[in-house]
Amino acid sequence: MTRHIISVLVENEAGALSRIAGLFSARGYNIESLTVAPTEDASMSRMTVVTSGSEDVVEQITKHLNKLIEVVKVVDLSEAEHIERELMLIKVRAGQKEREDMKRMADIFRGRIIDVSDNTYTIELTGDGRKLDAFIQALDPGSIMETVRTGTSGIGRGNRVLRV
Amino acid sequence: MDRVKTSTLTGAEIVVRCLQAEGVEYVFGYPGGAVLFIYDELFKQDKVKHVLVRHEQGAAHAADGYSRASHKVGVCLVTSGPGVTNAVTGIATAYMDSIPMVIISGQVPTHAIGLDAFQEVDAVGVTRPCVKHNFLVKNVADLASTIKKAFHIAATGRPGPVLVDIPKDVTTHSCEFQYPESVAMRSYNPVRKGHAGQIKKAMQLLLEAQRPMVYTGGGVVLSNAAPQLRELVKLLGFPCTNTLMGLGAYPATDKQFLGMPGMHGTYEANMSMQHCDVLLAIGARFDDRVIGNPAHFAQNPRKIIHIDIDPSSISKRVKVDVPIVGNIADVLDDLLKLLRDAKPQDIGQWWKQIDEWRAKDCLRYDRNSKIIKPQFVLEKLYEVTQGEAFVTSDVGQHQMWAAQFYKFDQPRRWINSGGLGTMGFGLPAAMGVQLANPGSTVACVTGESSIQMCLQELSTCKQYRLPIKIINLNNKYMGMVRQWQQFFHGNRYSESYMDALPDFVKLAEGYGHSGRLVDKPADVEPALREAFARKNELVFLDFITDQKENVYPMIPGGKGITEMILYEDL
Repeated sequence: MTRHIISVLVENEAGALSRIAGLFSARGYNIESLTVAPTEDASMSRMTVVTSGSEDVVEQITKHLNKLIEVVKVVDLSEAEHIERELMLIKVRAGQKEREDMKRMADIFRGRIIDVSDNTYTIELTGDGRKLDAFIQALDPGSIMETVRTGTSGIGRGNRVLRV
Repeated sequence: MDRVKTSTLTGAEIVVRCLQAEGVEYVFGYPGGAVLFIYDELFKQDKVKHVLVRHEQGAAHAADGYSRASHKVGVCLVTSGPGVTNAVTGIATAYMDSIPMVIISGQVPTHAIGLDAFQEVDAVGVTRPCVKHNFLVKNVADLASTIKKAFHIAATGRPGPVLVDIPKDVTTHSCEFQYPESVAMRSYNPVRKGHAGQIKKAMQLLLEAQRPMVYTGGGVVLSNAAPQLRELVKLLGFPCTNTLMGLGAYPATDKQFLGMPGMHGTYEANMSMQHCDVLLAIGARFDDRVIGNPAHFAQNPRKIIHIDIDPSSISKRVKVDVPIVGNIADVLDDLLKLLRDAKPQDIGQWWKQIDEWRAKDCLRYDRNSKIIKPQFVLEKLYEVTQGEAFVTSDVGQHQMWAAQFYKFDQPRRWINSGGLGTMGFGLPAAMGVQLANPGSTVACVTGESSIQMCLQELSTCKQYRLPIKIINLNNKYMGMVRQWQQFFHGNRYSESYMDALPDFVKLAEGYGHSGRLVDKPADVEPALREAFARKNELVFLDFITDQKENVYPMIPGGKGITEMILYEDL
């Protein structure tokens, strides 16, 4: 079982997302995360699916994705050098006592405080999934009020380009 | 505005004009609220003929049977809600066997979608896992291009059913009509030609083979590649097996044909599949009913060449050495060009081995029985129809016996639900087959349990005067269920006995047909001769057969392809 990050260019049509999600559930493939948004060409969306499976299973996943009528292109980014990023917004307790520590911790992880109230900070943090995990680990669990993560987006390094 | 000049049409008119433009001969359907405007337009013309079924499942199976027997796209038309959910079994049946079909379903008006309106169901959602693609048309301006795309997608690449869901208000809205000549989709461009380098590699492997085997499936039939397959197998002198879906692609009466492989395949076909050194798989998918346990299959080393239009069918259950993605007819044309001057190995030893396996006579049964043996009925059916009939079947023992004992020499003659295994398929499919081939002999081989699943279509057969011959192998059991219960569940025949059966002869008569009960072996042939002589009538033959007869050979579920239970073992 290895982790794969698959990028999919898909026609920006109603139902395309459910078709892809349906494929994964119907064939018993797992999804760690799935992100989707339109590209610079509004007729097309780009989706990033993080999945794990044996080489055979991942080969089947890419073949089946390619078979879907709305899918334009599929690339397994993890086959070559690539960059992954995920965005997390995390709301933490930041009363008089914790304020300084929390600010320092956000700085260490290069997070930005984007909302402040009397007793909370909301911190924005970007990185690969492990970095976000590490930040959560570093905090006192009692201080975390809410987290929201986007799931992984990925892109190939250098001249490697996924487009039509 | 002048309607003729601008050719502004309503959505309903557009639907019918599109069907005409596609050359659709028959639409199988059932009207209802959401499709009333479409039915009104059908009423006003006579190019596209409508066949009124008695249940939407029948519509889907009939369109499917029509397609299988004619190589055209089958079309059905159903209303929203229960209309489309009733059709789902038929759609899934077509999907599993890659049959090109277009299903037009009505939908509640766009403004009512999502409000739990009367007869509303999310048709696109319900059918998504069992269609090649589907569309919801919300704007009449998209209607013609969507229907064009639906026919294109259904018939190209690996074929399959495509559903077009049309809300009622869209059928009343108007727009200018122009049927597109062609379709261009950046996301859908099925390949035709196979990779030349791979085809060359395949040729080399075939020429080096000492113990070759050709294994072909439904893809050869769908691709109309039977002539190329015959030439290839003859040219090489190799043994050939056709799966349940592929029967008829290679002539069953030819001596290079080893019968069907798989769970109820012949001893020689299964042994050859396991012990060959080069396996040429064409349009077949190594499914669980063919190769049994894949780990057992992998125990014997062999090189596998796999030709298929669908890359996801390759290396799915079995690792393949030379994959070739392409349309089978095109790939075989290219392969034949390379092979015509080449010389394969002498495989006399291999044929000797195969003939020893053949000598087992694995389809043997008791020919002196006083009770009618189902195999005997099928042998006689083959004789009486001189092997020329179109044979549809339902699902179960009768299906396997038909596949084993009716020798199909031509493709598109054997029509059955192989992938989904849908009981109730046989009779409505036979209606489509008969309409596609008026004047031809059509037999529906069924059992007392299967036939009751779409029995209402006897009425459709009467309305359209379809002279199908129903061969009912009546053993009062869901025979295949009973067989598994006998072998694997300690003879506990849980709910597999069919009690309170109707009098099928009276039933047929009730629908305006004729019927005959046959309960003696000596009456089998005369009854068949009499029935098939009645060219213009549906005849229901109710054969009372041996209740305890089993289908042999049999590979128990999960076992290897050579781990067969044979008649002689018992």
